[in-house]
Amino acid sequence: MSDELDYSNIETPELIQQIHDDLYDGLVAEVTAAVNELLSRKLTPYDVLTRALVGGMDIVGVDFRDGILFVPEVLMAAKAMKAGMVILRPLLAETGAPQIGTMVIGTVKGDIHDIGKNLVAMMMEGAGFKVVNLGINNDADKFINAIKEHQPDIIGMSALLTTTMPYMDVIIKTLKEQGLRDKLIVLVGGAPLNAAFAEEIEADAYCRDAAVAVETAKKLIAIRRGNM
Amino acid sequence: MNKLQALLENNPVVLADGAMGTMLFEAGLQFGDPPEVWNMSHPDQVRAIHRGYLESGSLINLTNTFGGSRFRLSMHNLQAKAPDLNRTAAVILRAEVEAAGTGALVAGDIGPSGEIMAPLGTLEYADAVDGFAEQAAALVAGGVDVIWIETMSALEEIGAAFEGVRRASADIPVITTMTFDTRGRTMMGVTPEQAYKFLAGLGAAAVGGNCGNGPNELLAVVQRMRAVASPDAVLVAKSNAGMPKLVHGKAVYECPPSEMADYSREVRAAGARIIGGCCGSTPAHLKAMAEALAA
Repeated sequence: MSDELDYSNIETPELIQQIHDDLYDGLVAEVTAAVNELLSRKLTPYDVLTRALVGGMDIVGVDFRDGILFVPEVLMAAKAMKAGMVILRPLLAETGAPQIGTMVIGTVKGDIHDIGKNLVAMMMEGAGFKVVNLGINNDADKFINAIKEHQPDIIGMSALLTTTMPYMDVIIKTLKEQGLRDKLIVLVGGAPLNAAFAEEIEADAYCRDAAVAVETAKKLIAIRRGNM
Repeated sequence: MNKLQALLENNPVVLADGAMGTMLFEAGLQFGDPPEVWNMSHPDQVRAIHRGYLESGSLINLTNTFGGSRFRLSMHNLQAKAPDLNRTAAVILRAEVEAAGTGALVAGDIGPSGEIMAPLGTLEYADAVDGFAEQAAALVAGGVDVIWIETMSALEEIGAAFEGVRRASADIPVITTMTFDTRGRTMMGVTPEQAYKFLAGLGAAAVGGNCGNGPNELLAVVQRMRAVASPDAVLVAKSNAGMPKLVHGKAVYECPPSEMADYSREVRAAGARIIGGCCGSTPAHLKAMAEALAA
């Protein structure tokens, strides 16, 4: 096994390609070994994150969006991604690497469904975001407190039930009352939602699936930071 | 011959009931409250919903136990109540069925755990079997005629649920439906063909689809299963009344009863023999479907 995972003879561009493939296949040990190898070649942790891991998860995201991959494959890839992040996270903090962005995400009050929301959280982490996952059944206060504590760029709200999705409206109104709304990108998602609903409650975007959430988050952050 | 076989012998197409959850919210169930608790706290409201469907002509009626497994109830710290809530659900539905006197069956409803099975997720197979077996045993003790495992997206989980049911009862008929709401597959990527083969292989009495994005999606599921199913296979369609829209802060489903009536004829033509509604359907939808199927 250790012979198979000796990447020292592979050129860096090929090794990055190899990480993309190994992420796609959800291979934890391979991704771990390749990340360590790249770091030993004096690539910065930020370079390893963006070029190898985020680049690889982008491919996973596109194929998930296009219906080539389904949830099980994405979960496997996210596990491999996480293994890489365990190595990189402390190094990124040490080197003061730029933050891609922070997201606070949760399922709204009354809703205990969280598979889709967790998938978004994993894909966002896979794209290099810091994600604060509030779990299920969050009222407006929980979102507000988390926003004050973590100063996110984005909040993501999820609902699976038609009976709970109107609560998103309550949260957005509370954000407005507290003067927090304009500082945030608000993304919403969940089976019964659509773009018209997002517009009605004045969210910034409806995201049909986790891959769309990542694309939308990146795009809106770039616009906000004046890069587009 | 068991009761389900007899029902199918006497009826070329059997009407199953419509939504429970969305009806309970209409009746006043609040954000975040588990519907199963109403079997004990508000039995009259639950019974009224059952009665509505029985009066519409439904011949297979599901207990209000979709989230009645210990997995789902534990999110409300009610896991210890699982046996009582499931048994009571069966008893109150049985009382309504007997009162209606139409020969309808009581189906014990088992929904998904809400968790992802190991190794991708955290729910171990043996634990899943244990939890589903507990729910099934309580439903059987309450006197259900069949078990209906529904809205599943992973083969491993529906397999665990089936095994749990078999642990509770060696011979109760089991109807199995999955939700094919992601590009013609389940969320976990299972195709209708894979689902049919797997579930028929387990010995399910009937196989099909429920919930999802609406009638057209279910029609395709039935067609795809029919193409690989044995000629005598009993296929099931239990569709949402389309997708919900938000109107004045309330969720309104897009398909009126007339569209559900059209759907019932279409899935029958495609080869479904058990036909019902899911989220957003009401006794009015069921009545329109019963009339369409009788015509």
